Amino acid sequence: MTVDTMAAIRQTFFQECEEQLSEMEVGLLAMDEGNADSETVNAVFRAVHSIKGGAGAFKLTALVQFAHTFETALDFVRSGKLNPTAEVMKPMLRAADVLADLVEASRDGKEIDESSYAAIAADVKALTATEGAEEVEEAIDFQPTVIDFGLPDMAPEPIAAPVHEYRVSFTPRPELYANANEAVLVIRELSRLGQAETTCDASAVPDIDNIDPNGAYLSWTIKLSSEVAIEAVREVFEFVDGEADITIEADGQPEVSDDAIAALLAQALGSAPAAENDQPSNVTNVEEPTPADPVQSGAAASETASPPAQVAEAVKTVAVPAQTTIRVEFDRVDRLINLVGELVINQAMLSQRVIEANFAGSSSVVIGLEELEQLTREIQESVMAIRAQPVKPLFQRMSRIVREVADATSKQVRLKTDGEATEVDKTVVERLAEPLTHMIRNAVDHGIETPEERVAAGKSPEGNVRLSAAHRSGRIVIEISDDGAGINRPKVRASAIKKGLISPDAQLSDSDIDNLLFLPGFSTAATISSISGRGVGMDVVKRSILALGGRISISSRPGLGSTFSMSLPLTLAVLDGMAVSVAGQTLVVPLTAIVETLKPKKGEIHGIGADGRVMAIRNTFVPLIDVGTQLGFRDTPADPERSVAILVETDGGARNALLVDSIQDQRQVVIKSLEANYGTVSGIAAATILGDGRVALILDVDALVTRSFEGQLTAAARYGTEG
Amino acid sequence: MQDVGSPANSANREFVAFRVGSQEFCIDIMGVREIRGWTPATPLPHAPTYVRGVINLRGAVLPIVDLAMRFGLGLTEPTPRSVIIVVQVHQQVVGLLVDAVSDILTTSEASMQPTPDVASDLAKNFVKGVYAVEGRMISIVTLESVLPIAAKVAA
Repeated sequence: MTVDTMAAIRQTFFQECEEQLSEMEVGLLAMDEGNADSETVNAVFRAVHSIKGGAGAFKLTALVQFAHTFETALDFVRSGKLNPTAEVMKPMLRAADVLADLVEASRDGKEIDESSYAAIAADVKALTATEGAEEVEEAIDFQPTVIDFGLPDMAPEPIAAPVHEYRVSFTPRPELYANANEAVLVIRELSRLGQAETTCDASAVPDIDNIDPNGAYLSWTIKLSSEVAIEAVREVFEFVDGEADITIEADGQPEVSDDAIAALLAQALGSAPAAENDQPSNVTNVEEPTPADPVQSGAAASETASPPAQVAEAVKTVAVPAQTTIRVEFDRVDRLINLVGELVINQAMLSQRVIEANFAGSSSVVIGLEELEQLTREIQESVMAIRAQPVKPLFQRMSRIVREVADATSKQVRLKTDGEATEVDKTVVERLAEPLTHMIRNAVDHGIETPEERVAAGKSPEGNVRLSAAHRSGRIVIEISDDGAGINRPKVRASAIKKGLISPDAQLSDSDIDNLLFLPGFSTAATISSISGRGVGMDVVKRSILALGGRISISSRPGLGSTFSMSLPLTLAVLDGMAVSVAGQTLVVPLTAIVETLKPKKGEIHGIGADGRVMAIRNTFVPLIDVGTQLGFRDTPADPERSVAILVETDGGARNALLVDSIQDQRQVVIKSLEANYGTVSGIAAATILGDGRVALILDVDALVTRSFEGQLTAAARYGTEG
Repeated sequence: MQDVGSPANSANREFVAFRVGSQEFCIDIMGVREIRGWTPATPLPHAPTYVRGVINLRGAVLPIVDLAMRFGLGLTEPTPRSVIIVVQVHQQVVGLLVDAVSDILTTSEASMQPTPDVASDLAKNFVKGVYAVEGRMISIVTLESVLPIAAKVAA
């Protein structure tokens, strides 16, 4: 095997690890929520087991060892010897973080000092050491939550613990060995459930001459006396499902096969459920096969209580076809997006020509055009959707941040997420990670109070942080809310006065005070902690969000908590803008920068210095920037009274008025790079293509304003720094 | 640019010949992506005078270099007969505004003559040699030299 193929396999392994880790995290969080049904526990166990297996193949010793420790503990939970209580889940979740770190380190070829996670490894080991392996009655300790599925007699009775006699016959097929499973491991696992008596049937073994080295000839019969339910026995064979002929007779009664249950269930439901969720145990999907809204489906998923094991198993065999995916290079997708953008422009041009040619009378042409328009729009949306990704992996990372910060600050915090299936452009997801991390840290560090403070305030000692995503009017809205103390407005105000950000007699509304948090250089933490408040604060978060074309707002209620709400465009490929005319050119001003548009009246424009001008807007003076002269489109400044002023706010919060000739309309434009074939142009962010096929430039408001200051070293510049 | 593998530089190469003002120039056909008619360009702020602006080339934003202006021969007055030669240099795609495309020349490297030693910026900066074709002199333009410099400085 060449080095390249080895590297490729290795890469695949780590890609799979990512998926396994993500599955593990989902499962562990569900267990932490108290939804420790056997399906979930098994999924977590399988994930860790697969990572261990793969790591072994690559001789990643540290990873294997830790995964083994973790797996052992999970196995205890799986077999019911360990109850997934909060005390148990805490080290488990920490172990999951360590496992993720180890995977990452192994992938990057780094070493992690064993001492850094030794404590957690010891905690996890302790879980398995203290629980006596003999306490078999714990096997039934987690009671399945009974949900009414509207299916009579499907809800299981609470299981009593009489000793069952099982007769298990186990005949592996060659596939079992081909998939690197081992019959002996299964039998060993089975023997752990109780008293087992195993007999091997070797009668099928052919002569040595006729033997197929890849064949499977042995079968076993195991007589098992155990207190566990039949499900637990069947679970042992989970890994070899479909790879062996298995029959389990309980107390002399032949087992109802999975298929039979499946058939019954399918009959009861009328048809096989098309569960599109990747969690097969998500039984709510059976009743709501296609939740239209991603938010709803997210909510449905989180509301799913642990279904009774029996039903879960049966649903699983009705089998959701695995979601198939292909990996495609981003360049290819982008090329497709470009072409579709062209198609949209072409279609607009065609429509315009048809109108010009006075085809209005022949309705078939018009109808045909409308259909074309509909189609192109659908194609555009579908192509954009290729780049879209759910925010789920991002949200999952946040639960880890919450754990770490909560640990470091000795607080009890639970993260609840909603709308994880909400999709947004990949670039947006990537660039959201940093501001989101920062805000989550803030929420735990500054928002949530200590357990003592919470109890004193009459709240539960455990704080809640909620992270939610939803699509709202063509944008994605992400909210982070906590049920902490809320913003301490007197303290924020005092701090802002002390730092000279506001004057002591400033009249500020509550929301004005809340927004002080976004000012550069503002930090509310009474003590600067290592977690948040290292000088970079919410102003950095705000800047990152604005850079993505988004907006952020705060609302806070004293004693009840704060909510940060971010609204972001679904893609960075299009932008909402206002098309304006300047000196015969069409320019696009990003809508996010615009505060309002005004028609300057006589006496509102004041000259200042040699050629500086300011505009009076409700008793404040803002610098007036003539876009035409600023960009060199004309030499003489425009007459303000025959122009339109657009009040814009820069990322820094400074306000300026841009003078343009007229406003055309508001539209969504496809962003095209100028850099690819030319270079950066000061004052211009990018270009776009208009419906008539011509290129229009998109203004970079910040750069335009800064450039204006450099140009006019007049008093006007000083006005610009207020606010 | 070298015809490696072909017999000793004698292999014929093809050039696109075009007119700028009263002079004739040519560029290697391998660098030419397409030839298209003139469409009005959107002016770019703070651009050098020879950059006429940008046009839409099937979804890509293409800067247009006025070759007459670039060569110091004065601004081109675009007419419906003006032509944009779309060229690719490395990863950069640029449109060259010329008065007309006159010819496709097939000639060999060997028949190239050195640029006559004249005190002209045009000859020194942009021309790497000349061809004599049927009594005409056609200057060979090096594509790298005509690209908008401002872009590189600004970037």
